[in-house]
Amino acid sequence: MTKVLLSAKNLSHHYGSQVGCVDVNFDIYPGEVLGVVGESGSGKTTLLKNISGLLRPSSGSVKFDTRVDGLKDIYLLSEPERRLLMRTDWGIIFQNARDGLRMNVSAGANVGERLMAIGARNYGDIRNEATDWLQNVEIGLERIDHYPETFSGGMLQRLQIARNLVTKPRLVFMDEPTSGLDVSVQARLLDLIRGLVSQLSIACVIVSHDLGVMRLLSNRLIVMHQGRVVEQGLTDQVLDDPQHPYTQLLVSSILPV
Amino acid sequence: MKAISGERKRTSRLKEKTLDGYNFAYLDDQTKRMIRRATLKAVAIPGYQVPFGSREMPLPFGWGTGGIQVTASIIGIDDTLKVIDQGADDTTNAVNIRRFFAKTAGVETTENTSDASIIQTRHRIPEVKLKSDQIIVYQVPIPEPLRWIEPREEETRKMHALTEYGVMHVGLYENIAHFGKVTTSYDYPVQVNDHYVMSPSPIPKFDNPKMDKMPALQLFGAGREKRIYAVPPYTKVKSLDFDDHPFEIESWSECCALCGSSSSFLDEVITDDKGSRMFVCSDSNFCADRRAKGHKGPGLPRKFEIKDVE
Repeated sequence: MTKVLLSAKNLSHHYGSQVGCVDVNFDIYPGEVLGVVGESGSGKTTLLKNISGLLRPSSGSVKFDTRVDGLKDIYLLSEPERRLLMRTDWGIIFQNARDGLRMNVSAGANVGERLMAIGARNYGDIRNEATDWLQNVEIGLERIDHYPETFSGGMLQRLQIARNLVTKPRLVFMDEPTSGLDVSVQARLLDLIRGLVSQLSIACVIVSHDLGVMRLLSNRLIVMHQGRVVEQGLTDQVLDDPQHPYTQLLVSSILPV
Repeated sequence: MKAISGERKRTSRLKEKTLDGYNFAYLDDQTKRMIRRATLKAVAIPGYQVPFGSREMPLPFGWGTGGIQVTASIIGIDDTLKVIDQGADDTTNAVNIRRFFAKTAGVETTENTSDASIIQTRHRIPEVKLKSDQIIVYQVPIPEPLRWIEPREEETRKMHALTEYGVMHVGLYENIAHFGKVTTSYDYPVQVNDHYVMSPSPIPKFDNPKMDKMPALQLFGAGREKRIYAVPPYTKVKSLDFDDHPFEIESWSECCALCGSSSSFLDEVITDDKGSRMFVCSDSNFCADRRAKGHKGPGLPRKFEIKDVE
């Protein structure tokens, strides 16, 4: 039996009297891609923030398999430890690439920043690593010294992925990574993410309302409705044979092409 | 007995020399105590920016209000003050601040670096090595070295506390990527005592090595941004760099046209509209001193003479 990488237990979050998410339980194993689906306002993003250290949940625990001490509650770690974890073992890919990138420094510096943050002090090495990663995400090398604001939406998202994967994280959180991109760019990006995730065996939590994206990327699926997990299981199983009425509704409302 | 008569002498000197109706060194005593407390804290935590209640001074922010407040709080009647601006003693800012303290504190002023007990400076550290009984006060416009990359104060404080300084190297990386070398030439970031990264005020990076293990106490005052920070004597100050692009200072192919020095920081002076130029020491006191000792430089460029001009 492989070790659990991240484990959420009885996770709830309330914004005052508003419900964020209620009583969520799941485990993620190394190399696994977990999808979270649900309509807008169903608590997907709250859940993602809770488990990625950005927002302390009202109750419940989030444990991560740290390299040194094994499974530990991320909110009981000291702040420096948690921030180190976020820069090394974790990656966070935002829906809006501008939130995750530094727009006023070049693409190369964006990729190199995480390396410098963990102590890389050799310009040549940082440059080489940045070059490799830009190639991995199919950004032309002539663009390495250009500013992100000159990039297209798809390129920005790919740059954000390179910036996060450069420290070889073990777990990446993605919040709607493909929304706002046109279909062909989406397809290329999905292909890229799928390739990188399986090649580097990174565990992933992907939040999306797009069931097509989920079918392609995720191994397991969690369906959320009004803050609660109404169904979870293998992706194909959930999508092909939905049990809960809400999941059935969700699956049946995919527009046929 | 002797002490008392000394005290009386001082008081009388103060009375006859300073402006009537003003407190000694302009600031009121409560303000001075507040600034001294901030300064003590700053000295105790080298490189850490201590907030303080900056006062309105009789000159605009950006003209050295931070430095003046620090100087006013540490100056005593027995001190000798030197003020420099861009290395020179005779520029507007330097002359006015010097006169301000001569009027309000009645202290001796000097242009000679080694005679001064307090040196207030903007843009330069004197070429002459400072001694352990001297204090150098810097006027600082922007104290936060992380500000250009991180606009949130809450976040920069956290980054300082946790020594998360990777982003400082992002700036240097950008320099090398775009220009092939680090082009930051002034306000070059330093790390003090292996912890706090500090902005050394707009001194040229030429002066950065002088800050390292300096015997004199270094105080920094930012009036507009309301911060005081310090480097205690003999403290390690390291300029940030990459392993394969080590820190280097500016160098010139010429020497000073007046005193012939090839080891000091040189200013380029345009001497006509046909491209003639000369290089002179930015530290005017250092240059004058050398000339008095008989050193001579190549002088004005000879290339063009008055009769050449039509």
